[in-house]
Amino acid sequence: MITLTVNGKAHQVEVDPDTPLLYVLRNELALNGAKFGCGLGQCGACTVLLDDKPVFSCLVPVAALGARKVRTLEGLQANGKPGPLPSAFEAEQAAQCGYCIAGMIVRAQALLEKNPRPTEEEVRSHLAPNLCRCGTHMRILRAVRRAAEAMGGGVRDVAEQTP
Amino acid sequence: MDAITPPAPASFDRYLVAEGEDLAKLGNCAGCHTAEPSRPLAGGRAMPTPFGKVFATNITPHAEDGIGAWSREAFGRALRRGIARNGEHLYPAFPYDHFTRATDQELEALYAWLMTRRPIAGRAPETKLAGIFGFRPVVAAWNLINLDEGPLADDRQQSPSWNRGRALVEGLAHCGGCHTPRDRFGAEDRSHAFDGARIEGWYAPPINARSPAVRPWTADELYVYLRTGLGPMHAAAAGPMGGVTRALAQVPDTDVRAIAVYVASLMAGAPAARQDKAEPVDRLADVQRAHPEAATLFAGACATCHEPGAPMMQQGRPHLAWGTPLHEDNANDTIAIIMKGLVSPAGATGPTMPAFADMLDDRQVQELAVYLRARFTDKPPWADVGGAIAEARQGEHK
Repeated sequence: MITLTVNGKAHQVEVDPDTPLLYVLRNELALNGAKFGCGLGQCGACTVLLDDKPVFSCLVPVAALGARKVRTLEGLQANGKPGPLPSAFEAEQAAQCGYCIAGMIVRAQALLEKNPRPTEEEVRSHLAPNLCRCGTHMRILRAVRRAAEAMGGGVRDVAEQTP
Repeated sequence: MDAITPPAPASFDRYLVAEGEDLAKLGNCAGCHTAEPSRPLAGGRAMPTPFGKVFATNITPHAEDGIGAWSREAFGRALRRGIARNGEHLYPAFPYDHFTRATDQELEALYAWLMTRRPIAGRAPETKLAGIFGFRPVVAAWNLINLDEGPLADDRQQSPSWNRGRALVEGLAHCGGCHTPRDRFGAEDRSHAFDGARIEGWYAPPINARSPAVRPWTADELYVYLRTGLGPMHAAAAGPMGGVTRALAQVPDTDVRAIAVYVASLMAGAPAARQDKAEPVDRLADVQRAHPEAATLFAGACATCHEPGAPMMQQGRPHLAWGTPLHEDNANDTIAIIMKGLVSPAGATGPTMPAFADMLDDRQVQELAVYLRARFTDKPPWADVGGAIAEARQGEHK
């Protein structure tokens, strides 16, 4: 029996200790936000937050979690409604097929929590590990900008970067 | 030497500029002189020495902040003798003891390339070394003892390719910059040439008879590694070497071939060259009993790519038992690869591996490193895995 904390709630699951966290989230806990893309840590569709840092859940053995806290797309709600990032992605219609979007939102969440006013370049390099095959990148960037503003920060333009 | 008005870019022959671009890639100028990709050559890395940091300066043709006011003669003197245009001695962290091997024609081409780059304003932080080393003329004494000026004469006993390789490796490509340990000046300790050295949290392994490689580094294998960043019988180029191989992917084929021929000759006396151990070590059963927790971590985090038979391994990736890092006499490279992964800059191709620094905690990284060493090598356990992890964590917050 392995205990893990997801979105503030403790769960006990009966799985092999080397089972990747992603499988536990989807198959045991019915949290289907994180997606299986490559299973090799190369596409980012499975991104979740582990102690507030974005990780590929397909490569984290569930036994490695210990007391560390997991947050998934489902955890990014405020008062039962989508939080600023999911709302901004919806407002900007920043999805084509949508398969990568949960990972994009979760990775962007980690950035904005740590750095409420990133530069455009910081947003791009932070999101670089996550792949989108539909070509929705410009809308994703707009959504992150919108969310940053909704959260009281913003994305700094290039002109603002140089002191 | 007198300041000049920066020469007009159009005044340079464009074939000369193109030749200079190849040489700048062979010399990896940007490796040290570029800190931010958006400000190429405008100054960059700090080379740590026991007396403080030596900062790489702005070498764009900006008249005030870069080298725009440097004449061809001033540039040549800096590369051959380590003296700046204003007469100040440069610290040998700038490898003029290598660049002095460049021919006049090569200096001409490099100058043409640099002077046709975009001028960028802004200076690197000033280098202020402590104690006697803060007094730059001290470097003159160092030069008197250590600097052997000018190109090397060809060795008639060797092939033209070997001679070209030596000219590059000992000259512009300055492989010793990372692979040779440095003395207190930040200069290379020539009595330990290519013995391996620590660099930015990584370990540039020995590339001479002390090479810890399991399989022989032939000229062909080196050529593939330097060109693509992946040696099918050794490992992927990681850390600072990743940038080197991405640059070498873009230079003339004959030059990379020549470097491979020369470096292979440096390693001709290495254990692997004398006896090839083609059968990989894999003590799976033993380590599963001895390190059950690490075996679980490996199965969940590493096996999908690295277990023999995994899809990636079917594509000709090196067996972990052949990977040089596990056979080095310190754990730095193994730890750095696990924690930082192999992450190419956006748009670049090459081997990739995710960074595990946020996925595994320090104790788990340590367990894994110990497991890997025990499973895939016949060498004794490393002494200071914890220290290597602490060092990698420290680098994260830079």
